[in-house]
Amino acid sequence: MIVGEQKSLAEIKDLVMPYDKILVLGCGTCVKTCFAGGEDETAVLASALRLAFKTEGRSVRVSEFTVERQCEDEFIQEASQAVKENDCVLSLACGAGVQAIARRFGKTVVLPGVNTTFIGVLEKQGLFTEECAGCGDCKLAIFGAVCPVTRCAKKLLNGPCGGSQNGKCEVNPDTDCAWQLIIHRLETLGQLDNLRTYIPPKDWRTSNAGGPRKLVREDHII
Amino acid sequence: MSENAISGLQQRLSAGAFAVTAECGPPRGSNLGVIQQKGELLKGVVDAVNVTDNQTAIVRMSSIAACVHLLHLGLEPVMQMVTRDRNRIALQSDILGAYSLGIRNILCLSGDHQSFGSQPDALNVFDIDSMNLLRAVKNMRDDGKDMSGFELNEAPRMFIGAAANPFADPFEYRVIRLAKKIGAGADFIQTQCVYNRERFKEWIRLAREEGLTEKVYILAGVTPLKSAGMARYMNSKVAGMDVPEAVIQRMAGVPKQEAAQEGIKICLETIAELRETKGVHGVHIMAIEWEQAVGEIVSAAGLK
Repeated sequence: MIVGEQKSLAEIKDLVMPYDKILVLGCGTCVKTCFAGGEDETAVLASALRLAFKTEGRSVRVSEFTVERQCEDEFIQEASQAVKENDCVLSLACGAGVQAIARRFGKTVVLPGVNTTFIGVLEKQGLFTEECAGCGDCKLAIFGAVCPVTRCAKKLLNGPCGGSQNGKCEVNPDTDCAWQLIIHRLETLGQLDNLRTYIPPKDWRTSNAGGPRKLVREDHII
Repeated sequence: MSENAISGLQQRLSAGAFAVTAECGPPRGSNLGVIQQKGELLKGVVDAVNVTDNQTAIVRMSSIAACVHLLHLGLEPVMQMVTRDRNRIALQSDILGAYSLGIRNILCLSGDHQSFGSQPDALNVFDIDSMNLLRAVKNMRDDGKDMSGFELNEAPRMFIGAAANPFADPFEYRVIRLAKKIGAGADFIQTQCVYNRERFKEWIRLAREEGLTEKVYILAGVTPLKSAGMARYMNSKVAGMDVPEAVIQRMAGVPKQEAAQEGIKICLETIAELRETKGVHGVHIMAIEWEQAVGEIVSAAGLK
């Protein structure tokens, strides 16, 4: 899933400061799962903002609404009425959701309330880890299903750097060395020979380096 | 390894001599005087001098420029090049430029992560890794082609080096990685500083068993310690460094004013042992901001 983290209340307050009628718009998909912008977080944030403005003696109206997915127009439309009734939308979706809302409501100010961080997994309750960089050319098959492009701080394709110690990354001792994980997996799978294979330079054209990407599914076009 | 020597370092190694290289860190500024000063201390003392490439991710005078200054002083530089700061286009371009300026040795590295440097807010590149860089330099030299396969108007003939760290984990993989670097194009290897001699000897034994020491020249890294504090710092704070407790204790066991001398003594003992180790073809003395010590070490070790 896409993992995000809600911005601090102070930053959000600064963003919405010029407006009197604010719509806090939640998203019920990825950001709900990572507790950044689902229905519950939308309600909590809206209450916090109301309280903050009230304390300051400002008369600001804060409304709240949550759609199933802010990245799909079909769901976005459900928010049309609520958007119309406000000066600005504070979207708690990922960056894609924020932009999709702005595209649908061309004359409305749309502000981000979440920092979109990465594509990751819920490793355990309260801990999300980055696992995929969305590079567009998946080579997990040779790396024992551990991604060095995402999980090695130097994106090394040909083995661990000299800073790998006790299974940890030199950049952050709390982070597992991706290459230690790869070697362990390959060992378990009896595929250690993969380590001897020279991996050529990565073709970054399929990644964001090739500019914003598009995926066309002819079979789904109506 | 090519038959006709590309550089003085290659010539010396191929003649079977025990080679000595040192290190010169460029200044954090444009002051040529710093290079001249370090160069003078190393001139005639070592076979070649590595010039670091923004080491520890701190902005310094460029490696290429400092290499050229050393050439003018009559020293032979080893240009270090990291993949952290430049993409493949810039790396290849700089290699062509470096060769045109007279640089003949290159050490291909991935580079210290920027989070250790003075500008941790920088974006890294890592378009390719050190293995890919080795292969690229080799292909440029041997096939005369750049990474796109384009035929170059004069190929850069470089004596190609790579780093190896026998002290990093996972240990069992370190020899496989060495073999991979040789396969990718490494003619010589410079290792991380040897303090844990037992582990180093085990690594070189494994390398010998795989026949690797016949395929590549290995220069073992040594760094004289200045104090017990430095020993402790290197052990705990420098990634991939292994300073055994016995060495730290030995440094701590002498009066402070004699610590540097003790550090040199340890260094000399290490060099003597390395010279007797089959498969070691030389030493790389990294006297960090202590270039004065190199002459003393080289002459006391009887290397020149």
